[in-house]
Amino acid sequence: MIKPVNQKAWFLVAPVLLIVAFSAVIPLMTVVNYSVQDTFGNNQFFWNGVGWFSELLDRSTDLGGRFFDSLGRNLLFSAIILAIEVPLGIVIALSMPREGWRVAATLVLMALPLLIPWNVVGTIWQIFARGDIGLLGAAVNALGVDYNYVSNPLHAWITIVTMDVWHWTSLVALLCYAGLKSIPDAYYQAARIDGASRWAVFRTIQLPKMQRVLLIAVLLRFMDSFMIYTEPFVVTGGGPGNSTTFLSIELVKLALGQFDLGKAAALSIVYNLIILAVCWVFYTVMTKADAKAGAA
Amino acid sequence: MDLAWMAWTWQTGLFFIGIAAALALMTTLAAVRPERPRVGVLSLSTTRGDRLFITLLGSAFIHLAWLGIVGPDVWWASAISLFYAAAVFRWV
Repeated sequence: MIKPVNQKAWFLVAPVLLIVAFSAVIPLMTVVNYSVQDTFGNNQFFWNGVGWFSELLDRSTDLGGRFFDSLGRNLLFSAIILAIEVPLGIVIALSMPREGWRVAATLVLMALPLLIPWNVVGTIWQIFARGDIGLLGAAVNALGVDYNYVSNPLHAWITIVTMDVWHWTSLVALLCYAGLKSIPDAYYQAARIDGASRWAVFRTIQLPKMQRVLLIAVLLRFMDSFMIYTEPFVVTGGGPGNSTTFLSIELVKLALGQFDLGKAAALSIVYNLIILAVCWVFYTVMTKADAKAGAA
Repeated sequence: MDLAWMAWTWQTGLFFIGIAAALALMTTLAAVRPERPRVGVLSLSTTRGDRLFITLLGSAFIHLAWLGIVGPDVWWASAISLFYAAAVFRWV
């Protein structure tokens, strides 16, 4: 029988709520207020109703075009990095040592990229990929490939995707490694007795046991890549042209570059809603998987 | 306390009062009448709070879809959202 849920413990989180109110809720309320008004500075606001939202959702307007274009770039970017980082992370986790001194060494090496601040990662790759002084850029150019991420949109994308893969595949690998370590040895022994192939062991033992950590990895990587700002801002600044202008970069351009607070507020609310919806879906899937694992 | 920097309008004020009232109602209900999570049509185990969240998030998207596809007359979207809310609380 399911016990009734007692929600009284929630009152204990009141102090945290107070802090969150000041750091998140009040600013968010201000953004909602901005989104229905227009301002020309001087703290004077004029009612605009749902005007900014209508414009934002209409592809034929400047704002709408920019919104849908950068949303498309964001989704493409997230899809690409997930398609690379998840399988790569699994392969790396499978090939990591399970015992001995090499475990610690590998873990430290794997964790290194995760410890570097995002703007530093951007700066590293900005210099590393430069054709004139960067090791990578100069090497690729020396091979006869005309590689220049400053002027070629495709090269800019390759650079940013490679940077993200370098920065974050470790996270996926470490999560998968944790999942692999939790598999009891008895499973492998049973598989050996049955004469299971390497592929069968992966398909029927390792992958199902990694399912939960993989979900977490996909959620984390999707959210992070969907909100990416610092690294492309440092490496390409959203260029060449607008080719690497993601939603967050577009938002900063609108809010701080053009000081269009109303448009920027409308964009951030829609952006926020998309993230909230995706988070909810992932959270629901995860808790369902948890409940299933608990019941099994 | 001067809140002019938050650029309040009475419309957004009402909106937030509505949400705050819904949250307060849910909190009181949860304290006074603890409930069991229920499994609805989406085969999700939900409490009243979950259903409120699904309602609010869904309503936001209903309004956005209306604005993007139909036009700026959002009262219709609000009407649909009310039906949506009733459906969520009844069946989800």
